[in-house]
Amino acid sequence: MTVKQISVFVENKPGQLAEFTKLLQQNKIDIRALSIADTEDFGILRIIVDDSYKAVCVLKEAGYVCSVTPVLAVEIEDRPGSLVRVLDILGDNGVNLEYSYAFITRKRDSAYMIFRVADNDRAIEVLNQNGIKPICQGELSELFGE
Amino acid sequence: MKENYYQPEIECASREQIRAWQDERLVKTVRRVYDNVDYYRNLMKRKGVTPDDIQSVEDLHKLPFLTKDDLREAYPYGLLATPLSDCVRIQSTSGTTGRRVVAFYTQHDIDLWDDCCARAIVAAGGSKDDVVHVCYGYGLFTGGPGLNGGSHKVGSLTLPMSSGNTERQIQFMCDLGSTILCCTPSYAAYLAESICERGLRDQIKLKAGIFGAEAWSEEMRQDIQNKLGIKAYDIYGLTEISGPGVSFECSAQTGMHINEDHFIAEIINPVTGEVLPDGEKGELVFTSITKEAFPLLRYRTRDICVLTREKCSCGRTHVKMSKPMGRSDDMLIVKGVNVFPSQIETVLLNKGYPANYQIVVSREHNSDRLEVKVEMTPEMFSDALSQVSAREKELVEALKAMLGIYAEVKLVAPKSIARSEGKAVRIIDNRKLY
Repeated sequence: MTVKQISVFVENKPGQLAEFTKLLQQNKIDIRALSIADTEDFGILRIIVDDSYKAVCVLKEAGYVCSVTPVLAVEIEDRPGSLVRVLDILGDNGVNLEYSYAFITRKRDSAYMIFRVADNDRAIEVLNQNGIKPICQGELSELFGE
Repeated sequence: MKENYYQPEIECASREQIRAWQDERLVKTVRRVYDNVDYYRNLMKRKGVTPDDIQSVEDLHKLPFLTKDDLREAYPYGLLATPLSDCVRIQSTSGTTGRRVVAFYTQHDIDLWDDCCARAIVAAGGSKDDVVHVCYGYGLFTGGPGLNGGSHKVGSLTLPMSSGNTERQIQFMCDLGSTILCCTPSYAAYLAESICERGLRDQIKLKAGIFGAEAWSEEMRQDIQNKLGIKAYDIYGLTEISGPGVSFECSAQTGMHINEDHFIAEIINPVTGEVLPDGEKGELVFTSITKEAFPLLRYRTRDICVLTREKCSCGRTHVKMSKPMGRSDDMLIVKGVNVFPSQIETVLLNKGYPANYQIVVSREHNSDRLEVKVEMTPEMFSDALSQVSAREKELVEALKAMLGIYAEVKLVAPKSIARSEGKAVRIIDNRKLY
């Protein structure tokens, strides 16, 4: 019920993101979602890609420090108010969000939210109780490609 | 605690007695080198000092310093104080920079050197019933020959293993029941790991280790002691002065006793050359007063340490030196505080970071700024910014505790710190002070 996110350490200086994305392009890795958390000196890139195994191999080979984190991907209707509902469920049940970001897809008429929480199992449990099922890696793959 | 001495009458002599030996031997040595060695005579003349000016240790400060550059300039025979025909041995430094330095020994010099190493072995609990396993390198390097000679003096069974071939080291250790291990601390740590990995911990009979020739931390000592179930003793020395055994640790493990009947130690301010009182941190300077072939007067070791004359629980009366805390050649003064790269290295290693770092010092608005660049590692990385920042903050606090001043930490990409010929460029000083 989780999907794989790759987190990458990058220095905060000109050209870093361009260099990073060029590497993915050269290896034909498709980015579905991307978010950046930054400080003055460095940033943490978080990406969801079509082939996470290949991406990690390519990144390590190129000397990047990266890690794979299981995160929750929740499909929500692409209209006002639908995010509030999910956040309320998590908040009411004491699930703390570390960070979150969104992506949409052309295949379905939905938006997707990525949630990084401390306790995935607990979050899945309370979402399920409210009829929400986070998508798994397999379902995520279906969102890629033409 | 039972104390072990090799030469109790010397190791526990009164301070007055030690001073009397030093006065007599210093005066003789100065006279001898002035008469026999052109290089010394010229150095002393240039400073306007004659042997008559040196009547006791009190006068030591009048003599000129000697540096590694002098040894290179006088290479190979320029500082020899006896006829070459009286010499029986040459040893040499590892010579990572510039010309090698060679040191000469008469048979008497070797005997005294062996005595010094014997004192270290006995202090570590060695006796004729022990099996001393020496895996320092043999050859030009002084480590192997020094401990080998000391072990013979003690009457221990000596295993001249030399370095390398870990499988054979461990096999002999098990089969022949080695009880005292002599090697570099890093090799000891490696051996300890290999022994534990093979599940041979209960097959070895080691009780003590004598480790030196490179810097090692207290944490490393604990690690080696726990893994091997031994007591790990530090030993210090340098080829120029003789080799290992210039000073050695006793059971107190709180510094190394300098063999003051052979070597006079001083601590100086590395910048001004001024002699500092006991307890102050500075550069260690040695004068050898019993060497026949290659006596050195006021030789600057470049090692930074502290001397203490507090009474030692082991009963020895000879002054103790701390572990070297760094090298005067790479000491930085930031915001008026002495900063050694080795201090920063210790903090990084303790906190789980690699020792790949770079120190950048700059001056902004007339104020010094110290920045430590640290390479990110997979172990230290996290997808959560809060965790990475927390680790960074922890590092800043640990550096502050160690250095006494604030250092900014900058996490950089792996392998982004320039390496030249395998040796990293550690310090970048942008202040242009000189």
